[in-house]
Amino acid sequence: MLPWLPENISSYGGQIDSLFLLIFWITTIVFVAVQATLVVFLVKYRHRPGRKATYTHGNNTLEIAWTIAPSIILVVLALLSRATWDEIRADMPPVDVTVRVNAKQFNWDFTYPGPDGVFDTEDDLTLENELNVPVDKVVKLEMLSRDVIHSFFVPHLRFKQDTVPGRQIDGWFKATKTGEYEIPCAELCGFGHSGMLGHLKVYSAQDYSAWLTERWPN
Amino acid sequence: MSEAAAAHGHDEHHQGGFVSTYLFSLDHKMIGKQFLLMSLFMMIIGGVLALMVRWQLAYPEEPVPGMAWVPEPYMYDGIIPPETYNMMFTMHATIMIFFVVIPILVGAFGNFLIPLMIGTRDMAFPVLNMLSFWIAAFAGSLMISSFFVDGGAAAGGWTAYAPLSAVEVYTGVGLGQDLWIVSLVVLGISSMMGSINYITTIINMRAPGMTMFRMPLVVWSLFITAILLLLALPELTAAMAMLLFDRRFGTTFFLPEGGGEPILWQHLFWFFGHPEVYILILPGMGIASEILAVFSRKPIFGYRAMAMAMVAIAFLGWVVWGHHMFQSGMNPTMGMAFMTTTMVIAVPSAIKTFNWLGTLWGGNIYFKTPMLHALAFVSMFVIGGLSGIYMAATPVDIFIHDTYFIVGHIHYVVFGGSVFAIFGAVAFWFPKMYGRMMNETLGKIHFFGTLVFFNITFFPMHIIGVGGHMRRIYNPMQYEFLVPLQHWNEIMTIGAIGLGLFQIVFAVNFFWSMFAGEKATQNPWNANTLEWEAPTPPPHGNFLQIPTVYRGPYEYSVPGAKEDWLPQAQPASGVAAAH
Repeated sequence: MLPWLPENISSYGGQIDSLFLLIFWITTIVFVAVQATLVVFLVKYRHRPGRKATYTHGNNTLEIAWTIAPSIILVVLALLSRATWDEIRADMPPVDVTVRVNAKQFNWDFTYPGPDGVFDTEDDLTLENELNVPVDKVVKLEMLSRDVIHSFFVPHLRFKQDTVPGRQIDGWFKATKTGEYEIPCAELCGFGHSGMLGHLKVYSAQDYSAWLTERWPN
Repeated sequence: MSEAAAAHGHDEHHQGGFVSTYLFSLDHKMIGKQFLLMSLFMMIIGGVLALMVRWQLAYPEEPVPGMAWVPEPYMYDGIIPPETYNMMFTMHATIMIFFVVIPILVGAFGNFLIPLMIGTRDMAFPVLNMLSFWIAAFAGSLMISSFFVDGGAAAGGWTAYAPLSAVEVYTGVGLGQDLWIVSLVVLGISSMMGSINYITTIINMRAPGMTMFRMPLVVWSLFITAILLLLALPELTAAMAMLLFDRRFGTTFFLPEGGGEPILWQHLFWFFGHPEVYILILPGMGIASEILAVFSRKPIFGYRAMAMAMVAIAFLGWVVWGHHMFQSGMNPTMGMAFMTTTMVIAVPSAIKTFNWLGTLWGGNIYFKTPMLHALAFVSMFVIGGLSGIYMAATPVDIFIHDTYFIVGHIHYVVFGGSVFAIFGAVAFWFPKMYGRMMNETLGKIHFFGTLVFFNITFFPMHIIGVGGHMRRIYNPMQYEFLVPLQHWNEIMTIGAIGLGLFQIVFAVNFFWSMFAGEKATQNPWNANTLEWEAPTPPPHGNFLQIPTVYRGPYEYSVPGAKEDWLPQAQPASGVAAAH
């Protein structure tokens, strides 16, 4: 189902997609049931000569039933969401690679800490709109913005986080497939919002070492 | 002096010339009609803006047909530049929400219906009422004038997220954004005046026998809406003042370089903005309830549950604002709290839907134009409600936040919900407003055309949202992953053009019927509520004699009664005689 969903390439994207699918089925069943009931009632109880409506003000048992039933479904959905949400947002797994994202009108600046693994030293490297990461490794992003709010969105990773000027927001992902993917900005950020676009390059272990050696030759 | 004589005197007192009858009228019915006409005019502007946005999305950077006359830098030979595009969707949303849906539901129908339905001669404060319209009209003029100032109108989205909206260089919009702020503050003053009036009138001026639980549900919904507006608007006004100070007087409430906090704006905006969403839908729920009962010839199913569900929504509406901010950088633990409250607020909406179905069950259903719109309201609101669950689930929201999925969701609630309710309400109360019936054939053509093209326009938004299509982007073709979805954009644009064309049928029917429609009787729908006790159209002062209320508003098809309706104002002896 949901053939329009972009291919998932992140470790936790599967959980998001299954929750998406679960809600899709629940809402589809409710949708079909309610609309079918509506149509049946409209046909069955349409005005015909001599027809008289049933005189009733309601039914308390029904009111209680249709209060409790949706409540249970929604509580279950909240509990299921909680586990996934905590894993993605509240907890940070052991980090393999850290990259700093600095958003500005209308580009993503990616800063790599270099071999010393520390930012703001001489071996830092900043690339515009190009995020290079190894596959199957936990990548931590330290997200900042220089001007307005942007939103760092990688549809294939199921990753989205607003970048807010004045504060650093950390996020993480683990890409499970090599390739090149788009990083659009998802929050209106000015006239150049559309087309504010970076690229995520997910390398195999060998290709990633090759990229590292190319960038930091000694 | 008898009631009748008092009404007559009251009537005569205000029989003035054109100015006091049509411009500065103190009559709640005329003020309601003024709000209606102003908002329908604004709807044309908001609709044309929407069509141009849709054109750009389907045929990016191709000239809009017939728009070559628009001067630079707004357009270049009909081609929309990104700055103008941002301005168009910002102003489309602002106009539709603040100058169309709220003024029609609250300003027009709130004004017209409350005194008539609770059985009183006018609002508690008629002068305040008249001022509330003219202040709203002034706010509307400020908003429209912002298109013509240097730099154009606001282009930071209707949510005006700071710092984008707070610093001129970020958008290039100067005075336009300031006018946007001032206009909404002025409009807020108008709404405050209206709210105070409605609340006071409903609490103090109900006809004898009209207890709170004998009030029609539409009056309940307008009462609750007025309370929400009264509480939400001062907070928005404060936020707007802070934004204006950041822009013009060097404060830094929302700017980090001076120690401010951009996310504070979002908290302030959505603390108003979420109750606002319910302000948009509650009167629609009330209107649908009235119409469904009348045309099913049945009492509303679960009247108290319906009223209490609206009260519950009004309370819970204050604690869900954070669900707009799951991806904002807000602490993830707060995300959990807001997800829980959001799931809870879905329950009263579900209760209302089931009770509407219960009202239809066993009914004797007449498919008149108002009923068709009310049924569409229920059907479309179900889609808008269900799509909300996707956003409430925080992990799913990570993906669909700021995509077209949410654009689809809000249009199913605000167009599929509120606007269908508005069309239903216009058709239903038109005879009482203008003394003539709207044309039923044109009404049905308009209804079916609107329903079909509405779904062609807005349903695919969910699909491209699932595909990751961001909202507010100027040109989807700039993204490789969106190229395969582009045919949907074309389908939606064709749908939108069709939707626009069918509104011409409505406009023709509205104005033609106003002058040449079939004369309406006093109670053309055989309805129970008090507005149908008044002459058609009601004079200034409404009732020849203030009615006394003997029962609830939905006593249809009472066993043993001669007719299938039993008006609220008919004395009990009438029932006894029928037995």
